[in-house]
Amino acid sequence: MTQPTVSERSAPPDQTPEKRGMMRTVLRHRLFWPAAVLVLLLVGNVFFTPSFFSIRLQDGHLYGSLIDILRASTPLILVGLGMTLVIATGGIDLSVGSVMAIAGAVACLRISDLPDPNSVGGVLAAVGFALLLALVLGLWNGLLVAVGGIQPIIATLILMVAGRGLAQLITDGQIINVRSDPYRVIGAGYVLTVPVSVIIAGLFVAAAALLVRRSALGLLLESVGGSPAASRLAGIQARTLILTVYVFAALCAGIAGLIFSSNVSSADGNNTGNLIELDAILAVVIGGTALTGGRFSIAGTVLGAVIINTLNITVYTVGIPSNVTLLFKAVVVVVLCLLQSPSFRAWASGVKRLLPTPSRAGGAA
Amino acid sequence: MLKRLSVALVAGALAFGVAACGGEEAGGGSTGGGGDDKITMGFAQVGAESGWRTANTKSIQESAASAGIELKFSDAQQKQENQIKAIRSYIAQKVDVIAFSPVVETGWDTVLKEAKDANIPVILTDRAVDSQDTSLYKTFIGSDFVLEGKKAGEWLVKEYEGKTEPVNIVQLEGTTGSAPANDRKSGFTDVIKADPKFKIIASQTGEFTRAKGKEVMEALIKANPDIDVLYAHNDDMGLGAIEAIEAAGKKPGTDIKIITVDAVKDGMTALAAGKINFIVECSPLLGPQLMDLAKKVVKGEQVEQRVLTEETTFTPEQAKAALPERKY
Repeated sequence: MTQPTVSERSAPPDQTPEKRGMMRTVLRHRLFWPAAVLVLLLVGNVFFTPSFFSIRLQDGHLYGSLIDILRASTPLILVGLGMTLVIATGGIDLSVGSVMAIAGAVACLRISDLPDPNSVGGVLAAVGFALLLALVLGLWNGLLVAVGGIQPIIATLILMVAGRGLAQLITDGQIINVRSDPYRVIGAGYVLTVPVSVIIAGLFVAAAALLVRRSALGLLLESVGGSPAASRLAGIQARTLILTVYVFAALCAGIAGLIFSSNVSSADGNNTGNLIELDAILAVVIGGTALTGGRFSIAGTVLGAVIINTLNITVYTVGIPSNVTLLFKAVVVVVLCLLQSPSFRAWASGVKRLLPTPSRAGGAA
Repeated sequence: MLKRLSVALVAGALAFGVAACGGEEAGGGSTGGGGDDKITMGFAQVGAESGWRTANTKSIQESAASAGIELKFSDAQQKQENQIKAIRSYIAQKVDVIAFSPVVETGWDTVLKEAKDANIPVILTDRAVDSQDTSLYKTFIGSDFVLEGKKAGEWLVKEYEGKTEPVNIVQLEGTTGSAPANDRKSGFTDVIKADPKFKIIASQTGEFTRAKGKEVMEALIKANPDIDVLYAHNDDMGLGAIEAIEAAGKKPGTDIKIITVDAVKDGMTALAAGKINFIVECSPLLGPQLMDLAKKVVKGEQVEQRVLTEETTFTPEQAKAALPERKY
């Protein structure tokens, strides 16, 4: 869905009326400003790391800062994907970080108990079990919200708190180390030079996008989020839909947890996915999905997740001191949110119009 | 008449009951607060952010059990507000002694004052607080992080003795604002700044975790292609960084020399395998010393303001020898 934005923006600015009209649509596209901030961040990095855009083959896999950003983004992209659909129905899922921690912990625990941690079958069984558990946790959330009628923020808060404790219980408060090559593949492996985690996240995003946009599912989700009463009167099975999105969100979080723990070959019940729910909500919001439910954008969320991780990497490469890191991130996010706010833009262009310089044409370009 | 009698009886029974309860309470209070038999300790741990920390937790729990001290344990998940909450609840529960490892150095004055007002002695373990008023705590038992940083720096100076080319150093800091991060940094910097060939070209926080250590090192190794030395404030970040170095096609320990602090089992294994070059030990096994101090403090005996834990350093050869007996 970002495709039209990217291709249109890269077109040279021409002065024919037709082109100008296109420019205007690009500017008005809701993903224009996030994309612009991302490009700005990436280009800004080149001043500090001249080889920032270079990608080369290293030991038979792609290697470069851009690959790092993509790889580091995968857990957040997956968690954000689930969060987008949940938010589309007017809900929210705070428990994703805890589900990540549980999935990673369970998988690592089972693998460390295997007689041979390098057996592919054993690893697959462990991964399958962890994902099954994630589904059950999602079902729990979904039942509380859809059947129990508990407010989503409260219903998922339960698992957010309890789940973190459960993860610590599973790991016994320790970091579980696993030395398993098949498990390592998930988060740190490569297939045909491409990181496996990026392939997994890509497949999930593509499948979800196809499912919601090529069928009526997306429309139904938006209607449930937009107006629960109207969709009920229209005969939409809101309960099943809501249940499904929470299960899906937990599944995404489970996979994100596996990628995260496999990347460092260890499970850390305490830190895995800590506060990722907030980053995921931020990614969703940056992507232009309203927290009130209704219209949503999967591409926007992916873009948001990539921006957040680019911001992290920028902090490292530029060498921003640790104690101002959070402030730096906050400033970027505030600027981004203001740029996306129509009322702020209207106010800004109003101020511009008052200025005597002929800046209107400049403002449009 | 009968009615009045029964009322009197009930009133009497109630009065007796209340008295009994009161008596029981007083008895319970004296055993809890008097400290003649069983001491109750409230311990507010930082979290379980590393193998080191979990070994520390285990040591405290085990030595409390063997010393006959009742331990109330809480995990702050690396957040100061959680720790303050835990300490407040220990004050409310009237424990005999409070011990804790402060997540960060500052912001403790209010809650420590509350403990002092409640006459509950406080022992700091492993990390210090930055407070003008040293009467707020009885003693501080733990490692000297500045010394650890110095030991790391001294090894580096010796390793590059007689060489003149510049040495590019990358530093992975601990949690921003925490005492080990601040002190390990300053101790290290103090030693190496005497020689201008040592340059810290990048220094970022890896939050003491393996995942962050890897993520930060991936970025730093690309931004700075000629890194000679990595100094990580704990083993876990170093282990994460090793993965990033290997993914970049370089050999940890050879292409990039690695110094870490802690000496947990995973770190020692990497040291024995030559992937880390030098580890400064920071022993987490301070449980027995802590329990001794707690008993003395509760009895009202005078204790030293600063008690150090015994520690050493490891080279790969020493690691190979020490590894079979490493408990954590």
